[in-house]
Amino acid sequence: MSNPTRCAACRYLRRRCCEDCALAPYFPSANPHRFACVHRIFGASNVARMLQQIPVEQRRQAADAIAMEAYWRVQDPVYGSVGVISMLQREISVAQCELAETQAQITMYASQAQSQPNQIAAAQCLVEDVHLVPSQPSQPPFPGLYQRDDIPQETLQRHF
Amino acid sequence: MEGNSPCASCKLLRRRCTKDCIFAPYFPSDDPHKFSIVHKIFGASNVSKMLQELPVHQRADAVSSLVYEATARTKDPVYGCVGAISYLQNQVSQLQMQLTVAQTEILCAQMQQVPAMAEQQIEAYDNNLTGMPQLMNNASSSSLAQDQLKREFLWT
Repeated sequence: MSNPTRCAACRYLRRRCCEDCALAPYFPSANPHRFACVHRIFGASNVARMLQQIPVEQRRQAADAIAMEAYWRVQDPVYGSVGVISMLQREISVAQCELAETQAQITMYASQAQSQPNQIAAAQCLVEDVHLVPSQPSQPPFPGLYQRDDIPQETLQRHF
Repeated sequence: MEGNSPCASCKLLRRRCTKDCIFAPYFPSDDPHKFSIVHKIFGASNVSKMLQELPVHQRADAVSSLVYEATARTKDPVYGCVGAISYLQNQVSQLQMQLTVAQTEILCAQMQQVPAMAEQQIEAYDNNLTGMPQLMNNASSSSLAQDQLKREFLWT
């Protein structure tokens, strides 16, 4: 018995959508773009096989994750979701440097409040050291990725 | 390649490895596992299409990222790379929160020190009759005028 409203997968593949269609729960007809990305990157049969190998209660999260990876790969055919990872690692490095600098300034202010010249000089050296020797960023998977600035933050949000 | 050992992909797919095989430069025969996981997750034909759409100088990086994603998905069949991305997003949020707290602490510390600094500044103004007033009147002057504006703000 076929599903009167075909899911996005069966509509894309131009086939009859059965009631027990493995992809129908995760690729509704209202969002055809989602399945188009997934099929382009992973292939319908691969996705169906991957979902079959996962417990039923986790298949929705898996389908969502697969759809996100496919979307990122369509947006960035070279690096895909790895580009997103590198961008986040870069953001973490920058935030860590800023935090270290800010904490050094707090130490300096705390020393000034106590009016102890030796501590002020030491704290000022600490602030200067933070400027001169920023913390080393964690290594990205690929060195060339570290320079990417063209992946917008909104790609991290769900688009489907 | 003809006459040579087939690449890992042609060996797995059991086909003849031609000299213009698109996989051969990136999946050498001495590392069969690399192509195996990429094929398992993405499929050889999909990978071939993706590589064909890319300029040659970007294909090596593309293959590396595909291998990375395929490995992540093999280790975590539910979330794959998205698990790592969620974790990193969480770290970014936490660091930004810590930074906000630290910056607030600095503002508080600055406000506490304003009375002492104001006394020193008044003494400095009395001693220096040439530079300061001109800088304060100059709209394009940067740090000194801004510092003065900040101190006035903190007073109110």
